[in-house]
This record gives sequence, C-alpha cells and structure tokens, in this order.
Amino acid sequence: MALLEIKNLTVEFSTAHGPFRAVDNIDLTVDAGELVAIVGESGSGKSVSMLALMGLLPWTAKVTADRMALDGKELTDMPQNQRRRVAGKDMAMIFQEPMTSLNPCFTIGFQMNEIMARHLSLTRHERDKRAVELLSMVGIPSPESRLRAFPHQLSGGMSQRVMIAMMISCNPRLLIADEPTTALDVTIQAQILELLASLQQDTGMALVLITHDMGVVAEVAQRVVVQYAGQQVEAREVIDLFDTPKHPYTQALLAALPERAKTQQLPSIPGVVPGQLDRPDGCLFNPRCQYTVEACKRIPPGIQNGVRCHTPLDAKGNPTDPNGLRQDMKVSS
Amino acid sequence: MSATTETPTTASASASKRAFDEFWHYFTESRGAVAGMIFMIFIILIALFAPYIAPHSPIETNSDFFRTPPAWQEGGTSQFLLGTDAVGRDILSRLIYGSRYSLLVGCIVICLSLTFGIFLGVTAGYFRGVYETILMRVMDVILSVPSLLMALVLVAILGPGLENAMIAIAVTYTPHFVRLSRAQVISEAKRDYVMASRIAGAGRIRLMAITILPNCMAPLIVQATLSFSTAILDAAALGFLGMGAQPPTPEWGTMLAEAREFITSAWWMVTFPGLAVLVTVLAINLMGDGLRDALDPKMKRS
Amino acid sequence: MFQYFLNKLSTTIPTFLGITLIAFAFIRVLPGDPIMLLGGERGVTPERYQELATQFGFDRPIYIQYKDFLLNILSGDFGQSFVTKQPVIDEFLARFPATVELSFAAMFLAILLGLPAGIVAAVKRGSWFDHTLMGLSLTGYSMPVFWLGLLLIILFSSILGWTPVSGRISLMYYFDIHTGFMTIDALISGQKGAFRSALSHLILPAITLGTIPMAVIARQTRSAMLEVLSEDYVRTARAKGLSTFRIIGLHAFRNALITVITVIGLQVGVLLAGAILTETIFAWPGIGKWMLDSIFRRDYQVVQGGLILISSIVIVVNLTIDLLYGLINPRIRQTRG
Repeated sequence: MALLEIKNLTVEFSTAHGPFRAVDNIDLTVDAGELVAIVGESGSGKSVSMLALMGLLPWTAKVTADRMALDGKELTDMPQNQRRRVAGKDMAMIFQEPMTSLNPCFTIGFQMNEIMARHLSLTRHERDKRAVELLSMVGIPSPESRLRAFPHQLSGGMSQRVMIAMMISCNPRLLIADEPTTALDVTIQAQILELLASLQQDTGMALVLITHDMGVVAEVAQRVVVQYAGQQVEAREVIDLFDTPKHPYTQALLAALPERAKTQQLPSIPGVVPGQLDRPDGCLFNPRCQYTVEACKRIPPGIQNGVRCHTPLDAKGNPTDPNGLRQDMKVSS
Repeated sequence: MSATTETPTTASASASKRAFDEFWHYFTESRGAVAGMIFMIFIILIALFAPYIAPHSPIETNSDFFRTPPAWQEGGTSQFLLGTDAVGRDILSRLIYGSRYSLLVGCIVICLSLTFGIFLGVTAGYFRGVYETILMRVMDVILSVPSLLMALVLVAILGPGLENAMIAIAVTYTPHFVRLSRAQVISEAKRDYVMASRIAGAGRIRLMAITILPNCMAPLIVQATLSFSTAILDAAALGFLGMGAQPPTPEWGTMLAEAREFITSAWWMVTFPGLAVLVTVLAINLMGDGLRDALDPKMKRS
Repeated sequence: MFQYFLNKLSTTIPTFLGITLIAFAFIRVLPGDPIMLLGGERGVTPERYQELATQFGFDRPIYIQYKDFLLNILSGDFGQSFVTKQPVIDEFLARFPATVELSFAAMFLAILLGLPAGIVAAVKRGSWFDHTLMGLSLTGYSMPVFWLGLLLIILFSSILGWTPVSGRISLMYYFDIHTGFMTIDALISGQKGAFRSALSHLILPAITLGTIPMAVIARQTRSAMLEVLSEDYVRTARAKGLSTFRIIGLHAFRNALITVITVIGLQVGVLLAGAILTETIFAWPGIGKWMLDSIFRRDYQVVQGGLILISSIVIVVNLTIDLLYGLINPRIRQTRG
C-alpha cells in the first residue's frame, strides 16, 4: 500500500472575479521512502496542492478530493483537531522563504521545542537534547548556542537548515519541500538539496520535492510529476521522462535546460501560464504548444498512458496521433 | 495569452481618467463609504440651503415655548419638530444652522493644517539637516501636549471664540501632516523618477512641488479626511467647554453646553445636538475608510 | 538595547525643554500685562505690582528669567496658585491619583474588551461579528465623548437610578487616604459598602473615557492581527500541527503585540485629553477638571505648571512604551552596544 494516496484533488479559490480553480483533479501516490518531484512553472498549482494536503490553505480555498490518505488513514473526513495533529507529526513541510518562515519573536530552541512538545512524549531535557542532535544532523555548527539565537541572527541557508531540523524532529513519514532552495544563494542551493536527499536516505521518509528546476529533478528524484496550470500533464519515472518526454510541455521544459541546449541561445517556452481570466478552451497548453492541432483548441485532453495530450510524443520526440486527429494536424518537422 | 503589452497612454487626461475610474470602482465597492458620502452630500446641501430649510430662526426666542418636548412626545407641538430649548428656540432650526459651523470648522482647520503641514513637511524632507531636526523636535513638543489641552491653552491666549478655536485646533493637527508629508517625501525622493527628473535639470521648487508632491498625496488625503472629522469633534468639545463658539451661536457643542443643566428635565436638548455631531463624524469617517481602501495600494484586496 | 534606550531618552530631553519653553512663553504672550494677569481679577496696588515684578523677575533679562524658571521646575517648584495660594505641585499631586484611577479603569476596560474583540474579528474576518465590531468601533471612534457621558448619565442615573451622577464616592463614607485611589482606599478602610460606592462612581466615567481607546484598540488589533496572520511563520506554526489557540494566541499575537503596544501607548495622550471632558461632566476631581477650572479662573500659574506636568507624563509614558517595544521586539533587544 502506498504511503500517500491522492485521488481527484481539486482546489478552488473564491475571488472577486468568481471561483478560480488552482488545482484541477490531481492524482498522486507516493510510496514509503520514495522521492517524488513535482515540476512546473510558477502558477501551475504545485504548492497549492501540497498546502491543501497539509491543510494550510486560507479559508477562501475550497478543497475537494475523492481520496486523500496518508498511511491508509483518510484525511478528508478526519475531524479538524485530529487532522491538525497529523501535520507536523506524520507529514511535515518546509517552505520557499526560510527567512520569513521562522517566527521572529521566538528563539530557535523554543520553536524546535514546541513541535516536539506537541507530538512526542519527551521530557523538556530530552527535547533540548534532541534539538541539539537535529541541528548538528542538518549541519549547523555549535548547535547548543544556536538554540538561544533568534531567527534574524541566521542567514537564509541556516534558517532553511533549522526549518528542516524542526520539521523532521517528529520523524515524519512524509516531508514536503516546497521549492526549498529558490530563495537561497546558488552555492547554498546544492548543499540544501544534498542534505534533503541524504536525510531522506538515512531516515527512510518519503520526500515530495516541489521545484521548477528540471536540473534538480534529474539529480535526486525517482519519479516526476509535471504540472501545468493546475493540471497534471505527465507523471513517470525520472529516467524515462528525461529520455523520452511524451508531453510537449515536458519536452519544452527539458529543452530549456542549459546542459541540453543545442544552440547558442537558450530555448524558452513563449508566453506564460494562463491565469484566472485568460484560460484557453481545449487543452490549456495549446496557445504555447508547437504541435497544436485544431482539436487541441476545442477538446480538453484526458490522461492516456500517464500523459494529458491529444498528440503525445514518440521516442524520437515527434507528435503521434492515437485518436485520429491527424487530418487537421499541422505539419511539423 | 495575448502578446500585446499595454502601451503607455500618451494623453495624460485619459490616464488620470482611468486612475479615477479605478479609484471610483474601489471606493464604491464599500457600501459604508457610499452611504457616508451620500450623507455628507445631504449635510452639505442642508448647510448651503439652511435659510430655506429651517422652519424658524436659529436665534429667535419664543417666550411661549420654553423647553417644549419634541412633536411626538406629550406636550410637544408640530410647530417645533424636535422641541425647543431653554429660551424657546427651535432645536431643529438650530441644528440645521449648526451644520454650517461644523463644516466650516472642518474645512478651515484642514486648509490651515494641511497647507502649513505640507509646506513644513516637504521642505523638511527635502532640505534635511538642522532645519529638519529643529522642526521635527518642535512638532514632537506640540504632540506631547494632549491635543485638547493644547487647544484650550491656545484659546486661553487668543480668547474664546470660534475663529480662535479653529486656529488652535489647526495648530494641534499640523504636526501630523508635517510628519506624514516628510516621511512621504523622504521615501519618494529615493525613487528613480525623482533622480531622472533631477538629471533632466529640474529646479528644486519644481522638483518638490510638481514631481514629488503629487505622488505623496494619497496618504495626506486620507489623513485630511480623518482629521476633518476629529476637527468637528474637537470644535464641539471646545464649544461644550465654553471655549469655542459663544452663545447664542447655534454651534452643536455650544448647544450641548447650554443644555447641560437641563439634562434630567429635557433630554431632547442634550440628545439631538450630540446625535448630529455623531452622525456627521461617522459619515466622514466612513468616507475616510473608503478613501483609504481605494487610495492605499497596500490595503487593496487582491 | 541599552543604546536603543539611550537614543530614545536623548530625544525626550529637547522635547521636555520645548515644553518648558512653551509654558514659559505662555504667561508672557497672554494679552495684557503678565503681572496684572498673575495678580488675579481684583487687580493690584502699585506697591504690590512692584513686589510681584521683583518676585517673578519680570524686570530682569528674558534669558535669566527662563534660566530661573527652568531651575525652579527642575527642583520641583512650579510656583503657587493665585487663587488658593497653594503650591501648584501640591495641588497637582492631590488630584493626580483621581485621574490615574479613572484612566486606569478606562484603559482596563478598553484593553479588556478591545483587544480580544480585535483578535476575534481578525480570525473570523468577514463574519457578522467582524462587521458588527468594525461598525461599533467606527461609531465609538466618531463619538463625541462629552455627549456619550451625558447620555450615560441620562440613562443610568436619571432613568434607571443605578449610578450616582458625580463625584468619586458617596459623602456618607469617610476614611483615610493611603493610595489616593478611592476604590483601593475604600477596600482598605473596610467600611461596608464603601468599595461598592466608589466603584459605582467610577464606572460611568470609565466607560465614557474608555470608549475611544477601546474603538481604536479594537480596530488596530484587528488590522495588526490580519497582517500577522498572513505571515509565513504563522503557516509554519500550522504546519507544525500546533493548536489553534497556540497559533493565534502565541505565534500571531506575540508579533501583533509589537504594533498594538505602540497603539496603546498613543492612547495615553488621548486619555489625558479626554479626561478634561470626562472629569468636567462627572465632576471628577482630577487634573483635567483642575486645568479647565484654572483656565476659567485665569489662574495662569496653575495652567503653566499643569501644562509642564501633564506633558511630562505623556513623555514618560511614551518613553516607557518605547522601552516595552524594545523588550518585546527581539531585533532591538538582541542588539548590544
């Protein structure tokens, strides 16, 4: 049985211009000890879906799901106070902005202590001892003195390490890392990723890594889910996906990697992810897709063989036509 | 996604029209703000046309009708809808004329304190140095005296009366505008467009008055609206303490002062003038809140 | 932290000097001859005039006059009242506890009701509670306090007969003054019903004086909480699975408090201004009524001294608030120097 099972997760926000569907019928399964990456541009609903899982969305968000289970325990119909106890204990999450994610009014020690006090039955002394162990585990020098430090005395990389130490303090089965390195210096980024990957190896927890960086995915992930405009467009093993991307969006993302660039100029995907008011009909990617056919502009594609596309790509990277739409397909080389 | 990007509008008239439309959209989104505005227009109309609306003269006494209760109460007469005061003056008429004084106080206090405040604040923020330090210390001094006490002391120096009360209140409000406009100028002066204009050779006066000032106006307008309402409150308080408008002026605070001794016998003399102050101030504050939401981008809802 | 406090302290000294300058100038810019003004309404004989001129040093250069004035103030001599012939400082100290008691009661009410209401409104933003509270708060904000006091007297004293109209305690009680706070002294005296009487005298003035601060505190607490609740660290606290009570009451409120403390501090000036009106309406024998009476009696020595004393209180309170602000804000507390 999978550790995490999500079926048909949908998140809608009520806004001044009517409801906005930020996450659209997402499925996700994560096995124990697995490292899954969710990739996509900004605005593709990666973070929102995981925040929904954690129960961290503001009240303006409406979350529905057929199934959302951790370790077999269904979360959707769990009473509020019970569900809150799952967060921080069985699954935990770290965020994009480490500098603002720690409370400026309390010491590191206090903030680490309180999560253990909530979920573990340890004495105060044992909690302090564990906090020191954890801080040295995530590579923070002289951890004892750091316990008395306030967040504004730490750098961004240090803060993220503290966040990681804090969030793994109750031995979660699942850790969600929401673009944990985006706000950090490039040199620190690699260190934090390495730390996360090795912690995942050592502790055997599952890790969901949200990122927009395909390079990061290639380094650490086992399985990849590609999201676009709130929808899943492709979900596969990382090696297969990098070798033979089936969705034009995945192909475009990979082509944009510097190490894969074939020309002097780095290829990019024209346009941006559609927002609330400029959603196209049919396939949401069709205005930016180089293989768009007439049907793409009218009929929203479903998921077939793990790909949401009318014209999935073959092993050579050329569009195919499984549904017989080719007669009006543009010629592409 | 369409590839067209918005081209900067060439005609500044249409740009300011669009800015106004946007402002109006946000402003009318708040029902309270609209209600406040409608009520304000109502009061302004009453003040303008007081002689035509008021059923009686505001100062004419009527020896047959001392302390007549409102029309709906026993002993009341339809001749005096809200009753009469201790010397038989029609309370409704006095309230109607009183709106003139309250609005006048608000306008003059704002004009005085806004003008001096902006002048001092902008120059302080622009020239900095010793001038700024001394000016801001002086403002600290004024602010550390409770406003009503400061106004009372000033009126004691200048002598009681509505004009002096307005001057006194304006003095106590000026520091707020000085601080606000100084802070605005300092933060705006760092922006690139000011630098650009300076490089283009704009003179100091021009830079201050035409380039920087218009961009500082939004918070000043909000503060001015809120001060308008407190000015009315403070003028009424001074009138109530006998240091503002002098009898028989039908100023609302003065009316309350005259009514005080009849507090147990003639409730209407106390209730209506105060209600008039409350409702007017509430209307302005509702408007002020709406203005702040519409003008302050930080407060805008997403 | 020490450095921070020294900085704050150093800015208050020029402010204090400025106040003394205003007070010093006050008597000298009043229309008319200052000596005649100081002599009171009955006028003075030429010999008395000369005597007064020498006593106050009006015949000496102005900067020497100011120097003496300042030295007198610093040694606690604020001159004496021309009406009662009592030292101003004694009169002030006799009335000050009454104002402090009233202000404490008003602030207690304002914080007790305003703070939780603001927090709940922020947490339940957009709910009927939020809308009602914001409406009430705006009304309180717009309320002419003197009128509110009169209305309360009409309702509770005239119609319902629950509370007395004026004063601090019923005349039938007499006891020694220890603290100057009538409610506490009544408790100490142990007289039956004395505390009740003191409290029933206090309640209406406290409500009157507390209304505006309550409205302001509720509003500002709400907006401070709204801002804090959308911060990343509140999301972190939720991700840690902490209880709602702890997230709102500790993680969010502790940060909102930094703003709210400042707001509460600013209300002290408002309270002292409101005390003039409230004490006048309820015949509360505090410094507000004392100042107003002195202005009416043209007892300008008292006005001058009172102006300095009251402003000094505001300055000291503001300094205390700055200190508190530094204590609860780790960014300031942790800096050394």
